[in-house]
Amino acid sequence: MSEAVSALSGASYDGIVRVADAGLQGMIQLRGNLGKAAVKNAVTGVTGVDFPAARQANVNGERGILWMSPDELLVLVPYAEATQAVETITMALKKEHHLAADVSDARVMFSLEGEGLREVLAKLTPADMSRAGLPVGEMRRTRLAQVAAGVWLESETSARVIAFRSVAHYVMGLLTHSAQPGSEVGHF
Amino acid sequence: MLILTCPYCGVEADETELSPGGEAHLKRFGPGSSEEEFEGYLFMRENPKGVHFERWRHAYGCGKWFLAARCTMTLEVFGTYPAQTTEPPKKIRDAISAKRPGWSWGDFK
Ligand SMILES: [Zn+2]
Repeated sequence: MSEAVSALSGASYDGIVRVADAGLQGMIQLRGNLGKAAVKNAVTGVTGVDFPAARQANVNGERGILWMSPDELLVLVPYAEATQAVETITMALKKEHHLAADVSDARVMFSLEGEGLREVLAKLTPADMSRAGLPVGEMRRTRLAQVAAGVWLESETSARVIAFRSVAHYVMGLLTHSAQPGSEVGHF
Repeated sequence: MLILTCPYCGVEADETELSPGGEAHLKRFGPGSSEEEFEGYLFMRENPKGVHFERWRHAYGCGKWFLAARCTMTLEVFGTYPAQTTEPPKKIRDAISAKRPGWSWGDFK
């Protein structure tokens, strides 16, 4: 069996904030009717977190549920459990029209740690990165420069970014550049 | 810069997070239609200076298509609404009438 590695093998950079490849993370894309109890039960069952309200990110460690659209969730579980979690969800939803796909190896997750993360991200996205614009715990799908990304803050000094694995180097370059010492703006 | 609120996910999306989809409320004319109707469906557009209705897709976001009413001259946005509608809802028309009394667009006013 081949050894699974995250897109950037844990690369990191210390600047205004610490930017790092967050490592292997199980991610399951789930599309379906989010109003159905079966769907809610299936995803809360494999993650142990509450079902999120619209645009919320309910995350506890490596487990969580990200609200991606009115009919889409990204379910987070430990990497080693992703395959089993897809089976569990599929079994629970066999009577519901849905799609559950293990996208763990098709995505990359970054962690941003430090005081300046709002402005490091604000240089790259048109999204409102103020405290009112993106409160802690709110999921924001947007773009970072030229590629799609999902962003949420776990606290004022910790954020997560998810992007397609194919653009992992590009996003790392963006975040590294944006976090260069001396490039502080001090807007927020 | 144009900011439109996606009616599906509620995100205030920047123009660069959206894909433009051209004019809204087009009626499709396909097989069996006259040449004039087909030409109108394919090519004839309102292109107004003022109140306009457009399709947009929240591409860097929830991915949904929605409709927007805005002013092409001032970039003022009157409102956004779901794509599953064949004409602007009353709320949107009222919002336009409040700002642009006597407006008309195609068959709508
Ligand atoms: Zn949206």
